[in-house]
Amino acid sequence: MSALNLKKGSSRKSAYDLRDPNSEVIETHTIACVVDNEAGVLARVIGLFSGRGYNIDSLTVAEIDHLGHRSRITIVTTGTPAVIEQIKAQLGRIVPVHEVHDLTVEGRTVERELALFKVAGTGDKRVEALRLADIFRANVVDSTLESFVFEITGTPEKIEAFAELMRPLGLVEVARTGVAALSRGES
Amino acid sequence: MTRQMTGAKMVVQALKDQGVDTVFGYPGGAVLPIYDEIFQQNDIRHILVRHEQGAVHAAEGYARSTGKPGVALVTSGPGATNAVTGLTDALLDSIPIVVLSGQVPTFMIGTDGFQEADTVGITRPCTKHNWLVRETDKLADTIHQAFHVSTSGRPGPTLVDIPKDVQFANGTYVPPTKAATAHYAPQMKGDMEAITDLAELIETAKKPVFYTGGGVINSGPAASQLLRELVEATGFPITSTLMGLGAYPASGDKWIGMLGMHGLYEANMAMHDCDLMICVGARFDDRITGRLDAFSPGSTKVHIDIDPSSVNKVVPVDLPIIGDVGHVLEDLLRIWKTRGRKTDKASVSAWWDEIKTWQARDCLAYQGDDKVIQPQYAMERLEALTKDKDRYVTTEVGQHQMWAAQFLGFEDPGRWMTSGGLGTMGYGLPASVGVQMAHPDSLVVNVAGDASWLMNMQEMGTAVQFRLPVKQFILNNERLGMVRQWQELLHGERYSHSWSESLPDFVKLAEAFGCKGRVVSDPAELDDAIQEMLEYDGPFILDVLVEKHANCFPMIPSGEPHNNMLMGEADTQGAIGSSGATLV
Repeated sequence: MSALNLKKGSSRKSAYDLRDPNSEVIETHTIACVVDNEAGVLARVIGLFSGRGYNIDSLTVAEIDHLGHRSRITIVTTGTPAVIEQIKAQLGRIVPVHEVHDLTVEGRTVERELALFKVAGTGDKRVEALRLADIFRANVVDSTLESFVFEITGTPEKIEAFAELMRPLGLVEVARTGVAALSRGES
Repeated sequence: MTRQMTGAKMVVQALKDQGVDTVFGYPGGAVLPIYDEIFQQNDIRHILVRHEQGAVHAAEGYARSTGKPGVALVTSGPGATNAVTGLTDALLDSIPIVVLSGQVPTFMIGTDGFQEADTVGITRPCTKHNWLVRETDKLADTIHQAFHVSTSGRPGPTLVDIPKDVQFANGTYVPPTKAATAHYAPQMKGDMEAITDLAELIETAKKPVFYTGGGVINSGPAASQLLRELVEATGFPITSTLMGLGAYPASGDKWIGMLGMHGLYEANMAMHDCDLMICVGARFDDRITGRLDAFSPGSTKVHIDIDPSSVNKVVPVDLPIIGDVGHVLEDLLRIWKTRGRKTDKASVSAWWDEIKTWQARDCLAYQGDDKVIQPQYAMERLEALTKDKDRYVTTEVGQHQMWAAQFLGFEDPGRWMTSGGLGTMGYGLPASVGVQMAHPDSLVVNVAGDASWLMNMQEMGTAVQFRLPVKQFILNNERLGMVRQWQELLHGERYSHSWSESLPDFVKLAEAFGCKGRVVSDPAELDDAIQEMLEYDGPFILDVLVEKHANCFPMIPSGEPHNNMLMGEADTQGAIGSSGATLV
């Protein structure tokens, strides 16, 4: 491709250099931003995604440092490697954004999501729902004679799996928080 | 030292402390306290425009011709929404401007009050950053931050929205030195390892080309000087985008002209065939690259840019260098000189021979005419009669803009103000007002088309009121020339709504505004008309009636690569394929 001999990735320390920038493969990445918790900051971040046509699969945001007024926004997004790099660079341009981390390439991470499931039913279905909830270590946080609300924490995959099992047993409503994620280890 | 004052007074004080001498604006209910303070001081000149869009373009013209941030002041609601086009223009062209807007009082926000608009919401995607100030104590600090953000890193527009009660209330003034600006500090120095790699590439390149852009000009006069030094020392050819004209002098012998859709044949061919492309402060815009999968297929691409998001955005590059152009060029020159100032002289000389064969095609040649003024001829005469003057040029958008870029030569940065990224018709007249304010004794010419010029013609009132002798050079073809050209090439010569049947009499219009005008249609009289325009002591409208059906060449048709240019009318049949037709 290059006419002259150049050491690939000689100047950039990003793991991006390990991937083919021209690849059309769609990847899913979890990106965490630490931002000033000021008016409009969330609008700036999601406006960037809608304005430039990027995807948001899930979005989680809350203040993490009350004294410093910092919030952490965790976004799960999909795109080609080039699009993922653009997303990170564009996020980095936003003035109140202090840090942008691509947890997917920065090393091993732990990702968790919390979900609430309302399952209505009686008889065998009700018993089966409770038994499966136990297997998934879901807690019952509300019950009536004809319904349960389960609270479940886990990876998005685990929550999807639980939802699939609950659907035939009378699943009526779901609320999910979106992914919160941290890198593993001490740093 | 802390000082108590009203928010309105703080605005004026903060502007003074930022070194602002000129504000372009338009009063209204929500900015009356600020206007009251402006009335009671003499340090800051306020230029009353006729429309808020004009204020923002004037601020852009001021900024681009001085290197200092331009300032506009507008009222709430329609004042702010009228500023949106100018803000977007400044964002796309990376121009440092600060817009201050009035807002309904804080207790009315959200009630759909009179002249209320969600200004920070509306301008969020068209500013680098914006703020709604809810407490007077934070106002001065916020204005200082707005200047800092606007001028740091890749420049751009910022907006501070100031509710009326915040303007009336008392608060503590914070000087610029105490403002909380530290958190926004873009990387200035480039990675030394990467710069060394570039020096190495320069040593071995056989067909190199410098592709430079507005980033060189934004980086400051030192960056242009370093670029000139580097180009002279290496002997490499240099081309530039529309935005970068003047960073390297048009009279320089390494200059091969502007590149891009209406760029010169030799510049585009050099880009296509080069083996080393050194992009300095440009962003691979679609007007530059043409068809992406055939863009300069054999080259190693180096990209120097202060904005990491510009790198690999549309064209994957081999060697990115993130940093300020001036800093990077300084380091590059030092490293390359220390390594022995080597280039492959024999190969570069052969490369120049190749470029000279392209230059010999004389791609800007056109059919002369002694009855009708050809637009290219008008530009040639304007160039001949003004190039030795202390000249600044603004333009509107369209064919005339491209002819101006092709035929006018710029020797220094900051002399050429045009709407590149957004392509804003109506930019040139207000921009010329802003430039003339900053350079009262210089010649300021707005090269315009008849249609573009009408879009903000109300600003002639501003020029007359403030005795700004801006020269409006209108290439009048009674058409939307570029639209007409595309309809000819793309839409079977069906000229849908691309002509102006009821144009005003520009001479009478000039008189109505209280200035002078002249119409010229005979090529033999053109020089005399230009002279009269230049000698007239005041704003002047020169209505140059030109050939109505001239097309702008060379042209890279949509969806085609650089080496497939249309050179003239004979090339135009079926030039744009069906996939190209969907592109703009």
